[in-house]
Amino acid sequence: MWTFLQQLSSPPYFYQLAGRLIPWLAWPCLAFLISGLYYGLWVAPIDYQQGHSYRIMFVHVPAAWMSLFIYMVMAISGGIALIWHMKLAEVIAASSAPIGASFTFLALATGALWGKPMWGTWWAWDARLTSELILLFLYLGIIALNSAIEDKRTASRASAVLGLVGIINIPIIHYSVIWWNSLHQPPSITKFGAPSIHLSMLIPLLLMAVAFKFYYATVVLMRARCEILERERNSHWVGTLITPSQNS
Amino acid sequence: MITLTPTHKKRLLIVMLIILGTGTAAALGLTAFSKNLLYFFSPSQIKAGEAPIDRSIRIGGMVQAGSVHKNQHDLAIQFVVTDYEHSIPVDYTGILPDLFREGQGIIAIGKMQTDGRFLANEVLAKHDENYMPPEVAATLKNPPTSPQKSEHTLP
Repeated sequence: MWTFLQQLSSPPYFYQLAGRLIPWLAWPCLAFLISGLYYGLWVAPIDYQQGHSYRIMFVHVPAAWMSLFIYMVMAISGGIALIWHMKLAEVIAASSAPIGASFTFLALATGALWGKPMWGTWWAWDARLTSELILLFLYLGIIALNSAIEDKRTASRASAVLGLVGIINIPIIHYSVIWWNSLHQPPSITKFGAPSIHLSMLIPLLLMAVAFKFYYATVVLMRARCEILERERNSHWVGTLITPSQNS
Repeated sequence: MITLTPTHKKRLLIVMLIILGTGTAAALGLTAFSKNLLYFFSPSQIKAGEAPIDRSIRIGGMVQAGSVHKNQHDLAIQFVVTDYEHSIPVDYTGILPDLFREGQGIIAIGKMQTDGRFLANEVLAKHDENYMPPEVAATLKNPPTSPQKSEHTLP
């Protein structure tokens, strides 16, 4: 286990391993996505109050979960990078930020599309919506910091600090609908006791959630491979990738 | 590689302090501003005098069954918002969201009038966390979480 972790943290080894893993993550992602969309859009019955409009939650809810999950992955990798100066952790943190920002934007956009017909407004400054918007700004700040600082390793350290500071927003987002009375409804699934969502609607929701997890795993490995190549572009092993003849 | 030398311990401590520091700051800030973070006041809070009466506020609660009166000629509507302890009559003129119906949770934005009525200039529907097919809703007379769901009328 220990030697495996040491091996994994070596950029050339990770580059090869990630390349081999990507198809094994991309195909399940596609399978879960298609089945989730099929069950969500065709098989699942309409909601007793919202009719067909509730179906937007099959994208909205998994996207919102991913926005929190990816932030945690990014902040923890950032923490590891700060403490142990591990290159791979810096790469994972830097590659996660744009994916997380996309999921946050997706959650906010689909929420607004659902909010207009259901609540009667695109946007409300309630605790849940505002804290999710702050999450988007945190992601954008981290992306900006990463690209503003020329030296990649310094950039990673600076954005890791910002990421750690922003970690406090994660429990606030999750509990905002419980601590304060808000326009956004309380959680249906991640609460104690039975979920207050019918099984026929829960299954496509979970399928989509698994699909989004696989999507993140696939894309973060792809981005990490590019990031590694860019950071290690002057090293010998990257040189041998381009011109194998020099390898001898 | 993954070791805990004194340098690593020092950095770990700094990371912990960052999280702890921002956590404390956020907790203090949120406690101080918790009143401002409430999106709406309940009718009981308004009756208890917790809401400011001189400026625009939001009130939230259930639309009392049988209290909705629509005007024949224009978009004016009167209904009663209740939290099952106290209730407040609301006047509103405008378009209502799809989910507005008797027994539905709503949020009205507007001002308290001197006669105890609430003049709303915007009405939002608050959706609950329950999702189910219509057949299930029809057979379920008393959904598990809250008693007021029994007043929901089917579309």
